[in-house]
Amino acid sequence: MKRDWAPHAVLPALILIALPAMGATNWLVLTVAGLAMGAMLFLMAAGLTLIFGLMDVLNFAHGAFITLGAYVAVSVAAPLIGWSGAESWGLNLAVFALAIAVAAAVSGAVGWGFERVIVRGVYGAPLRQILVTMGGLIVAQQLFIALWGADAIPLLKPKMFSGSIELGGAAIEKYRLLALALGLAVFAALHLVLSRTRVGLLVRAGVENREMVEALGYRIRRLFIGVFVVGTALAGIGGVTWAFYQELVTAQIGGDMTILVFIILIIGGLGSVGGSLVGAMLVGLTANYVGFLAPTVSLGSNILLMVLILLWRPRGLFPVAH
Amino acid sequence: MRLEALLLSGDAPRSRVLSALLAAIVLLLALAPFVFPGTRSLAVAERICIFIVLAASYDVLLGYTGVVSFAHTMFFGMGAYGVGIALTRLGPGWGAVLIGALGGMALAVAVAVVIGLLSLRVRAIFFSMITLAVASFALILATSLRDWTGGEDGLTFSVPYALTPGFKIGAYNGHLVAYYLIFVVAALLFLFLLRVVNSPMGRVLQAIRENEFRAEALGLRTLRYRTLAGAIAAAVASVAGALLALQLRYVGPDATLSFGIMVDILLMVVIGGMGTLYGAILGSAIMVMAQYYLQPAMGALSGAVAGVPVLPALFHPDRWLLWLGLLFILIVYFFPAGIVGRLRALR
Repeated sequence: MKRDWAPHAVLPALILIALPAMGATNWLVLTVAGLAMGAMLFLMAAGLTLIFGLMDVLNFAHGAFITLGAYVAVSVAAPLIGWSGAESWGLNLAVFALAIAVAAAVSGAVGWGFERVIVRGVYGAPLRQILVTMGGLIVAQQLFIALWGADAIPLLKPKMFSGSIELGGAAIEKYRLLALALGLAVFAALHLVLSRTRVGLLVRAGVENREMVEALGYRIRRLFIGVFVVGTALAGIGGVTWAFYQELVTAQIGGDMTILVFIILIIGGLGSVGGSLVGAMLVGLTANYVGFLAPTVSLGSNILLMVLILLWRPRGLFPVAH
Repeated sequence: MRLEALLLSGDAPRSRVLSALLAAIVLLLALAPFVFPGTRSLAVAERICIFIVLAASYDVLLGYTGVVSFAHTMFFGMGAYGVGIALTRLGPGWGAVLIGALGGMALAVAVAVVIGLLSLRVRAIFFSMITLAVASFALILATSLRDWTGGEDGLTFSVPYALTPGFKIGAYNGHLVAYYLIFVVAALLFLFLLRVVNSPMGRVLQAIRENEFRAEALGLRTLRYRTLAGAIAAAVASVAGALLALQLRYVGPDATLSFGIMVDILLMVVIGGMGTLYGAILGSAIMVMAQYYLQPAMGALSGAVAGVPVLPALFHPDRWLLWLGLLFILIVYFFPAGIVGRLRALR
């Protein structure tokens, strides 16, 4: 089969085309901002595409796990206010890492329960899946308000991560670099697990042909639960990263990202992890570039991007065979 | 052929309890201005009528065609904004109402056809995601085209004189005219939808819902039928929106386009009963009543458990959606045909 190079060229092409349209300094700032936003979006989208790819379940309540991660970050950071206020990389990183670890554990655990109680009964029934997971989102948002209150809760970045550094004459926010690093690290880890381990092999095989994996004697159910837990834990991590970036947590913080996450999945190709990385970066960059060049159309720019990609590749950039 | 069968297109409620319930709701709605004369209760009755039409048109998609659209409020909003903008620009006249409603409807049908042709040929899940994205785009447009739509604040406008309190007929005024305008249009639209789902086309939609591959093998053009169903649902939703604009004398993003309204419609159809159309009547009555009257009841309950941790927060008056959401999940799981399906099973 001939290798299809065109989808791989989209992201570099977008970055290169943007360069002459704005000065080099602006371009650098916006590109880093766009890639960092893309990295955070990737963290939020990766779990959803993983779950969809293997189980054919589109979890409309995915945003609730992002929100859960954000609230866990609030609860973890509140007693550690001394650590995040200290001028120490070590203590600051510890707060961030602790928030991420706890959020991943809590989201994963809730995701496990969600799979058992809500999703398990509706495998293979797309209509009821959409409805049930949507119902899950409604209930979850109300529960967040009941547990954490209806008011937005401020969440300050650890001290050393706020502010920016000079890079080639451009001021780059430090937190964006951290988010970018985290996003790329998670992608690398996912990629390694999927391509180099036995479990990853089974997951990939399950995405390609679920019945065959079952027929070979592997317990696909266990794989399902594992992927669901990992997917929701990733959403929790994404929620933490996004919450520290926004510095304000509401019950809608994750639900508001649902549409953007869907756009990323559609652009990248439903079920493709690599596709969701490229899709997230494209969305992040487009939002930043268009916001600078033509602020009036910036709000709708992601939907225009999606329409353009769909007109060119109706199944997204990196379609997964089913 | 009996009159009743003709009116209901041969699709009777098929359950004594259900028939009695529906008859009670319709009778109360028909006599609402005389039975519940207050302004607030009349507004509740008007809202129920409007949402019956909106939910029923959504049921044509969800229950009969088997696709989940999240763009239904967008069509609702197109009708509402059509009337709102026409009345603001052209002044309060029936001509403006007609122009606005027809304009909104034409736009709704055109957008529905484009969405349908582009995204209904692939999997159902894809359609749901696309409609969600398009609906959010419509919300963005409505809030940013400030000159036309009034942005976040929306538009406040005057309605034709016959619908205002200044217009008197004996002891009654324009509020009565407005109510019966809404009631009659809603009733006609509901009967029209009943006709649609019981027509040969309605049977084709159900066949596609049950087994698309087989329907296609029988030579039915599934894409064409689904798109047509989408267009009809969009057109009816836009008229419901036009009625809402006349009722509120206001259009705004939160009242017409918000995701909250979409969730309300979803709850109405599923709780009432998907694929029954009559479910829309029950669902709308329950949801609208819950919005207006459940909150005080929950407030009382919340006060009763004041000493217990967490519980007061769960029974807080603003948490009514939590309980309806749980009911929604239980119904999808255990009673896919909703209240109507349960009542029909009882016989």
